[in-house]
Amino acid sequence: MTKVAVLIETTDNEVKAANFGVLTAARGEGHELYAFVVGADAQSCKGELEKYGAAQIISITGDGADLSAQPDLQAKAIIAALKEYQTSVLLALGSSKGNDILARVAAKLQVPLAVDCLSIDCSASTVRKPYFAGKTIATLKLNGEYFICAIRPNAVEPVQAPVEAEVASFTAEVGNYDGLVIKEVKKSASGKVDLAEANVIVSGGRAIGSKENFDILEQCAAAMDGAVGASRVAVDEGFATHSMQVGQTGKIVNPRLYIACGISGSVQHFAGMKTSKVIVAINSDKDAPIFNKCDYGIVGDIFEIVPALTAELTS
Amino acid sequence: MKVYVCVKNVPDTAANIKVIGTNGFDESVKFLINPYDEYAIEEAVQLVEKEGGEVVLVTVGKEGAMATLRSALALGSHRAILVSTDQQFLDSADTAAILGKVIGEDGPADIIFTGKQAVDSEGMQTSYRLAEGLGIPVASDITKCAVGDGRVTVEREIGGGEKEVIEMTMPCVVAASKGLNEPRYPKLPDVMKAKKKEIKQIALADLGLELSSDMELVSLEQAPERSGARMIEGSVNDVVAELVKALKEEEKVI
Repeated sequence: MTKVAVLIETTDNEVKAANFGVLTAARGEGHELYAFVVGADAQSCKGELEKYGAAQIISITGDGADLSAQPDLQAKAIIAALKEYQTSVLLALGSSKGNDILARVAAKLQVPLAVDCLSIDCSASTVRKPYFAGKTIATLKLNGEYFICAIRPNAVEPVQAPVEAEVASFTAEVGNYDGLVIKEVKKSASGKVDLAEANVIVSGGRAIGSKENFDILEQCAAAMDGAVGASRVAVDEGFATHSMQVGQTGKIVNPRLYIACGISGSVQHFAGMKTSKVIVAINSDKDAPIFNKCDYGIVGDIFEIVPALTAELTS
Repeated sequence: MKVYVCVKNVPDTAANIKVIGTNGFDESVKFLINPYDEYAIEEAVQLVEKEGGEVVLVTVGKEGAMATLRSALALGSHRAILVSTDQQFLDSADTAAILGKVIGEDGPADIIFTGKQAVDSEGMQTSYRLAEGLGIPVASDITKCAVGDGRVTVEREIGGGEKEVIEMTMPCVVAASKGLNEPRYPKLPDVMKAKKKEIKQIALADLGLELSSDMELVSLEQAPERSGARMIEGSVNDVVAELVKALKEEEKVI
């Protein structure tokens, strides 16, 4: 049995649901889990974490430092905790924050790091992850003192394994660092679902035609608690923002359901969404390439079909 | 101001990748500069146009990287350094060590730009290792960057529309994402000028570095493709009803 540490990502003292797949991956064949909680109240996370098998919950703080505003010091504190609890495996959700902290930890420890992993094997120190934006899958072996990986959101189906958890506090001596400080976090006005972690995504392409027309996609997505994405063309035309772009130079997404509306389906777009569980394409062009690579296809007018779909979902 | 931009020569994102052997691929496809590195170059060039100084491109790559550097030089950089290797996938720790050594010897740098990730191996960590090796701060996924008073203020998207505003001391490493700027298209005179710019070539062996190679590419497989979509036909109400039923009852995704 290996001791596996999982860095937990929280928002407002709540465990983000996308962590549960990471905890499931971390358990593997019955490894001993240490949930590292930084910058949140570990007690309030306890209920959710023990459902997924985290028997040890470690609340990590820095001596006199704000670890949430100082990612380098947070990385130092995590390294100290890895040493304190003798955990040689560290996993995290492959979100912007998770990837950032793990990269700092791995760089400081001078050990390998694999991000965007689809699956991991802690015993063999191997991972499977996309190369060339998902056109190929690589198997990598990490030869280092520590095995550090970030798991692609939604890549591992969460499975509960309830335990009674103990909560411990760990304070690391991290010193000072003024080289880099997070001055401010600008919240989004709408509190939108993070595309990378969304279970359902409704995406629009060139055929949507305007920024206003994206409303029909917003309504459809809202009916399924989903998020709205866009193709590169829709972003370049100004119909949608950069943060909504799905594809090779945008967000890599991995929802259970991806509905592509008026998207022809370029290689680069597929790179961003091909691991979706189910892909539905709606397009007026019956020869659109997307129909060759989706699970369900509908040839028709998105302005008729999408509102009808919303109505059917809410009825 | 001395500004370095670390770039990589990668297969065109539109290219089909064909796996060869256990862990190789057909490298006869078109290679280009890594898309995220274009934003890094543009930001560096704009900074030097404003503040004065020099933009130096640095890459570690195979022979084909020479042509890519030549076209990248048409985007406003002054000169380039190519460290030659015979491998497409060096591990990121090694790449960072090489870049750090070259910049250390050629520099010192006031600021280093790079793309947030290479679109081939997608390691997303070379910038962090480069910064750690040089003992300077780093921020990645950057969509906004301002330099002034010995400090660099950047914005990075962290998902769900949220952004972090980060302040770093100089020198530092800034890893660019899409949205940072609009990279320029080279004009013919720029292309002509680029032909005369210096590209210094260094053999990897001559750097005298001991490489770690602690990440092993065991295998590369073609990703499975979907085929045979179920096409749903009929009136608008019928297709929508059939789709929702399939998603709920067969796929169980909603």
